[in-house]
Amino acid sequence: MSVNLSNYYVDGDPIADSSAPDVPLHETWDQRRFDANLVNPANRRKRTVIIIGTGLAGGSAAATLGEAGYHVKNFCYQDSPRRAHSIAAQGGINAAKNYRNDGDSIQRLFYDTVKGGDYRSRESNSWRLAQISVEIIDQCVAQGVPFAREYGGLLDNRSFGGVQVSRTFYARGQTGQQLLLGAYQALERQIAAGNVEMHTRHEMLELIVAEGRARGVVVRDMVTGEIETHMADAVVLGSGGYGNVYFLSTNAMGCNVTATWRAHRKGAYFANPCYTQIHPTCIPVSGDFQSKLTLMSESLRNDGRIWVPKEGGDTRHPRDIPTAERDYYLERRYPAFGNLVPRDVASRAAKQVCDEGRGVGPGGRGVYLDFASAIERMGRKAVEAKYGNLFEMYEQITGEDPYEVPMRIYPAVHYTMGGLWVDYDLQSTIPGLFVIGEANFSDHGANRLGASALMQGLSDGYFVLPPMISNYLADAPFEEVGPDHPEAVAAAEAVRSRIEKLLAVNGSRTVDSFHRDLGHIVWEYCGMERTEEGLVKAIDLIRELREEFWRDVKVTGTNEELNQTLEKAGRVADFFELAELMCIDALHRDESCGAHFRAEHQTEDGEALRDDENFAYVAAWEFGGEGGKPVLHKEDLVYQNIQMKQRSYK
Amino acid sequence: MNITLRVWRQPDSDAPGKMHTYQVADVSEDMSFLEMLDVLNEQLTIDGEDPIAFDSDCREGICGMCGLVINGLAHGPGKNVTTCQLHMRSFADGDVIDVEPWRAEPFTVIKDLVVDRSSFDRIIQAGGYITAPTGTAPEANSIPVNKADADAAFDAATCIGCGACVAACPNGSASLFMAAKVAHLGLLPQGQPERHSRVLDMVDQHDAEGFGGCTQIGECTAACPKGIQIDLISRMDRDVLSAIAHRK
Amino acid sequence: MWRSTIVLKVAMAISGLILVLYLLAHMYGNLKVFAGQEAFDGYSHHLRTMGEPLLPYAGALWIIRVVLLVAVILHIYCAVTLWRRMRLATAGGGGQRYESTKARRGNQRTYASFTMRWGGVVIALFVVYHLLHLTWNTISPGGASGSPYERVVNGFSIWWVVLSYTVALLAVGFHLRHGVWAALASLGANTSQRRRRHLNVLATVVALLITVGFLIPPFAILFGLVG
Ligand SMILES: Cc1cc2nc3c(=O)[nH]c(=O)nc-3n(C[C@H](O)[C@H](O)[C@H](O)COP(=O)(O)OP(=O)(O)OC[C@H]3O[C@@H](n4cnc5c(N)ncnc54)[C@H](O)[C@@H]3O)c2cc1C
Ligand code: HEM
Ligand code: HEM
Ligand code: SF4
Ligand code: F3S
Ligand code: FES
Repeated sequence: MSVNLSNYYVDGDPIADSSAPDVPLHETWDQRRFDANLVNPANRRKRTVIIIGTGLAGGSAAATLGEAGYHVKNFCYQDSPRRAHSIAAQGGINAAKNYRNDGDSIQRLFYDTVKGGDYRSRESNSWRLAQISVEIIDQCVAQGVPFAREYGGLLDNRSFGGVQVSRTFYARGQTGQQLLLGAYQALERQIAAGNVEMHTRHEMLELIVAEGRARGVVVRDMVTGEIETHMADAVVLGSGGYGNVYFLSTNAMGCNVTATWRAHRKGAYFANPCYTQIHPTCIPVSGDFQSKLTLMSESLRNDGRIWVPKEGGDTRHPRDIPTAERDYYLERRYPAFGNLVPRDVASRAAKQVCDEGRGVGPGGRGVYLDFASAIERMGRKAVEAKYGNLFEMYEQITGEDPYEVPMRIYPAVHYTMGGLWVDYDLQSTIPGLFVIGEANFSDHGANRLGASALMQGLSDGYFVLPPMISNYLADAPFEEVGPDHPEAVAAAEAVRSRIEKLLAVNGSRTVDSFHRDLGHIVWEYCGMERTEEGLVKAIDLIRELREEFWRDVKVTGTNEELNQTLEKAGRVADFFELAELMCIDALHRDESCGAHFRAEHQTEDGEALRDDENFAYVAAWEFGGEGGKPVLHKEDLVYQNIQMKQRSYK
Repeated sequence: MNITLRVWRQPDSDAPGKMHTYQVADVSEDMSFLEMLDVLNEQLTIDGEDPIAFDSDCREGICGMCGLVINGLAHGPGKNVTTCQLHMRSFADGDVIDVEPWRAEPFTVIKDLVVDRSSFDRIIQAGGYITAPTGTAPEANSIPVNKADADAAFDAATCIGCGACVAACPNGSASLFMAAKVAHLGLLPQGQPERHSRVLDMVDQHDAEGFGGCTQIGECTAACPKGIQIDLISRMDRDVLSAIAHRK
Repeated sequence: MWRSTIVLKVAMAISGLILVLYLLAHMYGNLKVFAGQEAFDGYSHHLRTMGEPLLPYAGALWIIRVVLLVAVILHIYCAVTLWRRMRLATAGGGGQRYESTKARRGNQRTYASFTMRWGGVVIALFVVYHLLHLTWNTISPGGASGSPYERVVNGFSIWWVVLSYTVALLAVGFHLRHGVWAALASLGANTSQRRRRHLNVLATVVALLITVGFLIPPFAILFGLVG
């Protein structure tokens, strides 16, 4: 390696998960639950828990803790808890129910998860996720989630994301919505019962750590601008992923890293920030004005064929390009899996052909997904029955009819595997700060299986967090800490002065223009493919842009009103800091694994080449102070139940 | 293309509001309606003016956050689309487009085009759930559900809680929203035990929030981005009658 | 619960349908003008002797009148309450509450549906006028008479009387075009998209039947086909 890494970070002590009991893997969770301390029902009312987020993770946790009798304060930035980003998940949720009798089991789901994550996840966590998956479906059905059913009245399943068993439960293309509404309704019931205090249109802007524990948050009322301090016995972050650092992603407009980043700055380690998942089938960017990308279900790859012209600069209408002059590059390079290679492989291949100048559509950033042969083979009727609504959605957005013209697709950022480091109890490095759902570094290693994020969110919220937080709260009461505690006052003051600073710049560029530029940098150098050279460059570019941001951003209006520009500015400011850490993480991880593809490390046929000898660990980053270097703590990953193998899709 | 916008501007809920006119040049027909507003907002910001506040999040028609009355129609022209799914190719060069917030007494305007829809959450709180505390639920396949019912329940469950039905209803009624939830839960075996109390409690909350009554006009259905049908309102009325008849 | 919008609407539906039944019977009675004075007056007399001797003279008629009166009062009370709630819910603007004038007719609503309330008022005013005219004969265009038949024939020989009845019946027609559909839907009969179409066809048929059925005698008289 040519760059001196010590310019970018410093090494710290190793870190380990000390909370998973040392018993055989399949007994770990039962043992942990048994060992956990309980809180007397009469005492629960006296314990306050703050939960940030109302997605599958936060919503299910708030409802469950409310039912248990804790006093819960729940926050979200939308106008209703029902609108959390989880609502947008389409495909489905995995569970090892083995309803198809096709050889599925907890063990197999566990195995698929670890393998899919390219051996960069913790065995104990992945096992627990697989084990709990079964209960999730039962719970959701009891709540009235309308999963797809067979004619006999039993639940239907499909296979998803390149696995060989049918274990995905779904509700048409709106699984996330239905699961979230289930959690939301349970949550609303607790709100009515007075157990949960709901604060919508409130954004968390700071964490309060006092006497060594997470004891509260500072939030901004997004309607009045009031800065409020809320105190509690424990704080839970279920604030989702940070894919919006790329500006364009499939995430909702408001998704942000602020909650977790602020906690990071207060001492919580941020793990594996460079692991970001790219989804291969999104609708390509059509112009500079574009605000977000739309995912098209991956199922399209089952029947559509992906190609680009053999020659770059071929501007003929796709129908006029003869077959001999088309390159069906996935079928060519991966004869066994063809168009069905995993997400990261398909995404990278698309980027490569576009980099070669063979991309199609405006800007040359797109490849064809062609249904002509499917229509020929199955008939238009059958294609319509299978994909009709997706075709409609595509036509609505692009104005092109995919029955006539091949669709254009391009990869887009979709999910972030990195997040705050947590132990087996989901507790971060700050005592009393728990992190659930996409916000933690999770159970997915370097890549996540399709339909497993919903599973993780609900597993954390319904089943894992409640006993683990009780275990923590069993030690309460903690020291008296009120809103007038110096740490609380300082946190609120920090929020106010940051807002004042943003408003005071009064420069000449809009927040979005900075965000778009930041996104370009991260996408270009820390996206599908990373190189040492590119990452070094990216870090410099990000620093420059960040400096310019604080010098030249223009935030109109005042704090004391609904001010969407101010909200965005705060989020983008945090994205700058995160982006730098992502690049440093990607730079330091001198191997390819899962979604992290370092061009220097690939097999002869362009596959990710892991370096298990040196990198079989979780990179947990400690905040190095304002202007300081981040500190790297390594958590070694030990595989006792699974053998590490090289992936191959040839 | 070039567009003239007439937009409702209102600094906060107490201040009076009025329509303002803006010109937007070089609009691409591939833009979504909200992206067109983004572009206008960028311009307003550079000019030091207050950008137009409007709600949106997923921008793919599922979260229910967005919602504008465009040319007098909730979610604008087009069938089964939310505002965020509306594209500028639905308009022509030189068009004058009116943009207003949802209007109904319970939907207070917070700023410009942003309204308060918390009343919907309170209607759900009143009974829009199945009581199933987290714990060991019965094995999922122990409750078979006839496929037709499951599909119908799903159709009803697709409501995104956007409020377009209220914005479109001449009576300012939230009946379609409420009926969708009553049908979703009432069609499933799991929802039977609370079926009667659910509908009565929800209807009472709906009225207490200040929504109007349904007189079967059907504008709601026409505006609903998810195609929720008004036979669900009739179904809810049946449930109310049956609940009254079975009252103990 | 009892004052909920849904219960009010159900009460409207039931009272409205009672009124429709009455109108159908009334229309049938009116068509007896074609059978001559004897039949028509006999019918009127029969109304009063119905149920005798079990009931006193005009007893059955009074029962019908009470039912009608209760229905009308209930109907109007509910209508006014719902009307008020609409005004409260929409700051008085109803379907016209947006600044934009581009969709004042809404998306799909019928003319009938947004004339229900003022249409109802027109009908109510008409009924008063009609009672003054043909029941009490307080106003007697064309000459007063003890015979209902003569009252009718005298009245409808005058063009403006026919015109006033025509206007009223158009109002009734529109009122029922939406009202019958809405009443049945509010009572739970709208079970599918197909049923929605059927109920609307039914409503149109009832509305047309009643409007045309009522208008035949006045025009027949005006054009000298009767009397
Ligand atoms: C288009 C799309 C499709 C997907 N499809 C699938 C799929 O088929 N299967 C699957 O398993 N996964 C899927 N995923 C991934 C999955 O949806 C997410 O990983 C998961 O829903 C995250 O849930 P969550 O509860 O952790 O966070 P979210 O649902 O993102 O919730 C975050 C919550 O935190 C709140 N919040 C955030 N920041 C703050 C703050 N600063 N202050 C206050 N509140 C805050 C928000 O208001 C929100 O309530 C998909 C993702 C996308 C983008
Ligand atoms: C003062 C007089 C009247 C008023 C103000 C009035 C008003 C109304 C209103 C507001 C409705 C509900 C409208 C809707 O569903 O959109 C209605 C419905 C109806 N009206 Fe009337 N009306 C009056 C008289 C009558 C009369 C005389 C009849 C009898 C022919 C009648 C028959 C009906 C019927 C059948 C309905 C449908 C019931 C329902 O909507 O549930 N109305 N009326
Ligand atoms: C051309 C149309 C009509 C004609 C010729 C007509 C004729 C009459 C006559 C002759 C009477 C007196 C009957 C009697 O006293 O024995 C009467 C009564 C009455 N009519 Fe009509 N009518 C017409 C339309 C209507 C309409 C449209 C309505 C209601 C909307 C209506 C409502 C009544 C009522 C309420 C009474 C009083 C019944 C009672 O209590 O005695 N009529 N009508
Ligand atoms: S019923 Fe339709 S219009 Fe009304 S809130 Fe639900 S989705 Fe929106
Ligand atoms: S438009 Fe309104 S009147 Fe009823 S049918 Fe729809 S709620
Ligand atoms: S922004 Fe989510 S539905 Fe439009």
